[in-house]
Amino acid sequence: MTIISVDTPTRRRLVAGLGLAILFLASLSVGVGEFSLARVVNDPEALQLLLISRLPRTLAAVLAGAGLAIAGLIMQTLAQNRFVEPSTAGTAQSAELGILLATLLLPAASLPIKTLVASGAAMAGTSVFLMTAHRLPPTQPFLVPLFGIVYGGVIGAAATFAAWHADLLQFLSVWTNGDFSGVLRGRYELLWFAALTVAIAWLVADRLTIMALGRDASIGLGINHARMMQLGLVVVSVISALTVVVVGMIPFVGLVVPNIVSRLMGDNLRGTIVCVAASGSGLVLGCDIIGRIIRFPYEIPVGTVMGVVGGLVFLWLLFRRPDHA
Amino acid sequence: MPDRRLIALGVAAVACMVAFLLTGLRGNIAFVLELRAIKLAALLQVGVSIAISTVIFQTVTGNRILTPSIMGLDALYLFGQMLMVFLLGGIGYVSLDPWLKFGVEILTLMALACTLLLPMLKRRLDMGLMLLAGVILGVLFRSLHSLLARLIDPNEFAVAQSASFANFNAVRSDLLIFATLVTAGAAVLAWRARHILDIVSLGSDAATSLGISWVRTVTGLLLLVSGSVAVSTALVGPVAFFGLLVVALAERIVDTRRHAVLLPAAALIAIVVLVGGQTLFQHALGNSSALSVVIEFIGGILFLLLLILGSRR
Amino acid sequence: MIRIENVSLRYRTTPILHDIDLTIPKGGVTALIGPNGAGKSSLLSLIARLQPLQTGSITIDGLGVDSTPSPELAKVVALLRQDSVIASRLRVRELVGFGRFPHGRGRLTQEDCNIVNQSLRQLDLTDFADRFMETLSGGQRQRALVAMTLAQGTDYILLDEPLNNLDMYYARTLMQALRAIADENGKTVVIVLHDINQASAYADRIVAMKGGRVVGDGTPAAIFTPDVLEGIFGFRMRVETFDGKPLVLHHL
Ligand SMILES: Nc1ncnc2c1ncn2[C@@H]1O[C@H](COP(=O)(O)OP(=O)(O)OP(=O)(O)O)[C@@H](O)[C@H]1O
Ligand SMILES: [Mg+2]
Repeated sequence: MTIISVDTPTRRRLVAGLGLAILFLASLSVGVGEFSLARVVNDPEALQLLLISRLPRTLAAVLAGAGLAIAGLIMQTLAQNRFVEPSTAGTAQSAELGILLATLLLPAASLPIKTLVASGAAMAGTSVFLMTAHRLPPTQPFLVPLFGIVYGGVIGAAATFAAWHADLLQFLSVWTNGDFSGVLRGRYELLWFAALTVAIAWLVADRLTIMALGRDASIGLGINHARMMQLGLVVVSVISALTVVVVGMIPFVGLVVPNIVSRLMGDNLRGTIVCVAASGSGLVLGCDIIGRIIRFPYEIPVGTVMGVVGGLVFLWLLFRRPDHA
Repeated sequence: MPDRRLIALGVAAVACMVAFLLTGLRGNIAFVLELRAIKLAALLQVGVSIAISTVIFQTVTGNRILTPSIMGLDALYLFGQMLMVFLLGGIGYVSLDPWLKFGVEILTLMALACTLLLPMLKRRLDMGLMLLAGVILGVLFRSLHSLLARLIDPNEFAVAQSASFANFNAVRSDLLIFATLVTAGAAVLAWRARHILDIVSLGSDAATSLGISWVRTVTGLLLLVSGSVAVSTALVGPVAFFGLLVVALAERIVDTRRHAVLLPAAALIAIVVLVGGQTLFQHALGNSSALSVVIEFIGGILFLLLLILGSRR
Repeated sequence: MIRIENVSLRYRTTPILHDIDLTIPKGGVTALIGPNGAGKSSLLSLIARLQPLQTGSITIDGLGVDSTPSPELAKVVALLRQDSVIASRLRVRELVGFGRFPHGRGRLTQEDCNIVNQSLRQLDLTDFADRFMETLSGGQRQRALVAMTLAQGTDYILLDEPLNNLDMYYARTLMQALRAIADENGKTVVIVLHDINQASAYADRIVAMKGGRVVGDGTPAAIFTPDVLEGIFGFRMRVETFDGKPLVLHHL
């Protein structure tokens, strides 16, 4: 028998949890305002800063990261392709177009309503992608994300055109480039829905694993394939729309996190889904912290940092030698 | 037969140029004419360089849906530019002689493009993988570009914005003479290489057995492509799908992949679309900055169609 | 009992199956044979409701395959496809464990674990149980897929060319195991075989298909005669009798 990597999932989970906790505390302490965690106890001003700005920002990063990682995972299961995620499937761009149209046509509507519109648009855009991606030959797995990226680009161009017409380009860039610097208490709470979707994903983890085995295997095991597709579509669309509306698009999270977790721990989602969510949180939080300190006291949006970090990791994933011939 | 089509294309191109110069002339005619002539010259160069670079790139990669900008070359150019600003500092950069600056930028792009693309071309990777890697490289360089931009000047949001879409209105006319030299040089070289290109399109094995030194030829052609991309990007900014659109149209119209016909046809069509489109948008539709977005939109959809249809065959 | 009545199938305009009427009794091993493209896989996928019925009806123990809820059917019938590809990074034990999904909707009880272990043992996979699928050889992978199908614990087991990639030892072992679960546990096994001598040695009944029709249905002794075989496969082969069973010398 050849060498088997003896996995210690519990230890990995412990390490992941610890890392996330450290990042969480670091995120609470990094920023422009005078602040140290020790002073919170007896300094009401510091406590205010913590509660109004730092904590919401940190929570928003954690929630968005977990949500996006899970969305990527589900997307990969539905499309049966390891290289798709909301920003490489037109989902995020459709959400952008949706929120733009909502802003134009229903200026008086509340944020949740607009988010709902954005989710609907994301769902429509993603359905078109999934239906079309099906027609690409399964022997060429790289065509699917390529198709998705250009498809997203076309939708993005439509959004740019509309925004430019309505003189809303400024707004559009808020949605296209993720940035946590505007997150305050009262402005991010919608993101808690992302936590809900993570919980749903955990509940149906086994079903998702079986879906990844293919349509025939899942029907053979008595899974309602069409319904699972729809559920996945809803979850992915809602998560994407939420992040786009609240903090703006963050690319690559949904792509690199599930791929790396899969390499380390396999694809039995019952055991890995929590790790995927936690690693997504950690990655986004880490990139946000980098963006805050690299040019202190100015901030670099997390979307830009992630474009560099995630892009590099993605290229590495593409060109690394496969583990088996 | 293709000759007659070429002549028709040439006539159409000239008509577009005349229309561009003369439509709605008002006020100080000499001044307006001069202004328009400068812009026209820039548009011609953009059209020609994009057409040439796309045709050659497709031939070298043996792939009809690749363009230099899909492979991230224009993003690479912008990144190189920003890298120079970063290394030299804003003031040092501005005080450089524009010719020297542009020259260095072109050389940087050529060097970067060869280091990145040559390994891929030597191995002739799976085309899907190559495309995807190129697109991701593009995203990566755009992100790096805006990262550097923010590091240099955290308050300057406009810099990052400018990298996303071309603007055919705000032409960098200070570079015009230098760019003209490069474009003309590239056009002459491409024309002289037209027969070699026909052989290169057969692939590395066939070309080698026909006596072509593959790596040397491909390197030379890549340098030519990089120079052309640098010109068009420097003049108007990145244009992702314009080249694809133009070459696909050209192939449709002249119905051949022979470079002696395809190269001029693609260049002429590029001129018709750019100059004609610009005239149309400016005078009929009343806003001309939308042209690039519309071209990208149509080009993007064309790309998706080619992807689906091509993979069915 | 699997009852197939008036089943036809066409892809766009191409007819694939013509008015199939077939009854497969409960218990025993039925071998489905026939040349490439005869429609064997298509028929199995209709029985396993992987594609919708276009005409006719199929019932398994009285349950209509198009009217019974899919989760119910998953406890009655399991299918191993001819060309299963597993792209997920799963360990062998995890994959086989998913065969139990229809019973506990994902929660593995002690009993489930015992069944999984038993399937692993039956296919001699215990040593590989904790390896990732992609690190196995082609035959080992095929055995894992068979183990997953058996772990589903259904009364009806449909196997489409399960001997693909298996060496002689494991082909024999698998056929003996299938024979055993048919005899001892009363399961019904329907198996597509290209090796007609395996069919002759282990099947109770042979169903021969050709051109989308059932062209032969009977005991091995009745089907494996030079004349019938020539009608099915289009060339003449010698048939001997060995240990009371037909032995077809099809390679000569
Ligand atoms: N998706 C499809 N579209 C069109 N025709 C199909 C499709 N699937 C199968 N066919 C055709 O249906 C016929 C029966 O196919 P089937 O797979 O059932 O044959 P088979 O008996 O299992 O053959 P084999 O021994 O090669 O596995 C073949 O002629 C095949 O070409
Ligand atoms: Mg078959």
